[in-house]
Amino acid sequence: MSGRKIGEVILDLKNISLSFGGVKALQDISFDVREHEIRAIIGPNGAGKSSMLNVINGVYRPQEGDIILRGVHHANMDSYGAAKAGLARTFQNIALFKGMSVLDNIMTGRNLKMKANLLQQAFWLGAAQREELEHRLKVEEIIDFLEIQHIRKTPVGRLPYGLQKRVDLARALAMEPQILLLDEPMAGMNVEEKQDMCRFILDVNDQFGTTVVLIEHDMGVVMDISDRVVVLDYGKKIGDGTPDEVRANPDVISAYLGASH
Amino acid sequence: MAFFLETLLGGLMSGMLYSLVALGFVLIFKASGVFNFAQGAMVLFAALSMARFSEWIPEWLGMDNLFLANVLAFAISIAVMFVVAWLVERLVLRHLVNQEGATLLMATLGIGYFLDGVGQTIFGSDIYKIDVGMPKEPVMMLESVFEGGILINKEDFVAAFISALLVVALSIFFQKTSTGRALRAVADDHQAAQSIGIPLNRIWVIVWCVAGITALVAGVIWGSKLGAQFSLSTVALRALPVVILGGLTSVPGAIIGGLIIGVGEKLSEVYLGPYVGGGIEIWFAYMLALVFLLFRPQGLFGEKIIDRV
Repeated sequence: MSGRKIGEVILDLKNISLSFGGVKALQDISFDVREHEIRAIIGPNGAGKSSMLNVINGVYRPQEGDIILRGVHHANMDSYGAAKAGLARTFQNIALFKGMSVLDNIMTGRNLKMKANLLQQAFWLGAAQREELEHRLKVEEIIDFLEIQHIRKTPVGRLPYGLQKRVDLARALAMEPQILLLDEPMAGMNVEEKQDMCRFILDVNDQFGTTVVLIEHDMGVVMDISDRVVVLDYGKKIGDGTPDEVRANPDVISAYLGASH
Repeated sequence: MAFFLETLLGGLMSGMLYSLVALGFVLIFKASGVFNFAQGAMVLFAALSMARFSEWIPEWLGMDNLFLANVLAFAISIAVMFVVAWLVERLVLRHLVNQEGATLLMATLGIGYFLDGVGQTIFGSDIYKIDVGMPKEPVMMLESVFEGGILINKEDFVAAFISALLVVALSIFFQKTSTGRALRAVADDHQAAQSIGIPLNRIWVIVWCVAGITALVAGVIWGSKLGAQFSLSTVALRALPVVILGGLTSVPGAIIGGLIIGVGEKLSEVYLGPYVGGGIEIWFAYMLALVFLLFRPQGLFGEKIIDRV
């Protein structure tokens, strides 16, 4: 991790509580994310990791708590608002547009950056055309970066799982986000694919300075690439710190590491 | 042979008109997963607006230019359909995001009845004339090839041409522009589309607008054939089998489905009719749709989501 400097707090989550009916998915959880860091959220199944990500992303609105993004309160954010505020995400159960080609999928990530109005597009006027080309260039850069040139025109539905995950990441990157939220980016992958994905995440973080928040099951991976780790269990925060600190935390060991290692 | 060709061409042209209405269904289903039962009512509403404004405008402005009146009426009708689309999103769809398909279907049924009623309240419930200068007289073609040539209805020919043009324009819009891409994205996965910053509400207004404009074109063409009247609303029913045949999610399907049904109706009427006592044209499309529902419910080109209807 060369030349990368971890900066100020960019995203601050304060006392987040979320429940579905009687089920308390998240209870009074607070943690922060610093600029340019890789922040992991770990925990056993049902710990509330995905719920946490969905709260940050505005899919769920917490009953209590505050989300502060670059000093601005975002208590009532929806996912469109989150996208506008510079948050991009990938999904645990890949949510790509299956009927569309890889290229088209990634191009949708540029949607917010496109300015040509509907009328210009409808008649395919100069502005719309120029813009399309500009964004296409950017998208080609991302395609090169993630080494998916060969599947550019393939409909996403036909790709193997590992590559779909990569396209999902590409679409998120096309938004040029400040914060990238990754929901189990390595779930279901083989060792080689996992190594590739790790490399991409580190490169994104290093080259673009993108802040990364990721959820992951694979403990080895998390400990290797994260700067700091939050541990959740049954909707409560039981640990927070550097990988080494978390590893030494007795609560974490009994809840998670103890069971799996 | 000449007679067969004549029947075939006639079928193709009326098929094109079915496609036009079917296209409205497909557009909305593709982009929002809603089967829009109000499409027929939208055709009627648009046709009434066109008919009445082209009648009122010369009165208001005291001018006598039919062409100009039609252009103005068409522009106003587009604006009217835009307002309808906006209101539908604002008052109905926005509150039904993430609801069951059946709920949305019922909502569009309601919208349909509402538009039927309001349209006739505002514009009147008589039969009105739409005269956009469609040529009425038939022409003979290919007289050098066949004895007696082929009799073709010019009006049908123009109508088919306009429909084809609209279809091509729409496919380009869907495939090549960023809004088209966003529309397809929303159709595929609401949540993912929102998370990458595609504004769902705006997309829905656009889709209903496009469907409204399709309805307007269909309304003008059908209206100038049959007059702008309540029965236009049921034209949509004839497009239902087309949608089932072609698949709810496929634009090419809507077109080819329309052509198959148009041709099938005419040919079966002419060639099978005499054996079963005629009248095939009325039920042929529905029979075909039933067969498709039994053996290939997703239609010719559709994806396997017809069960959401």
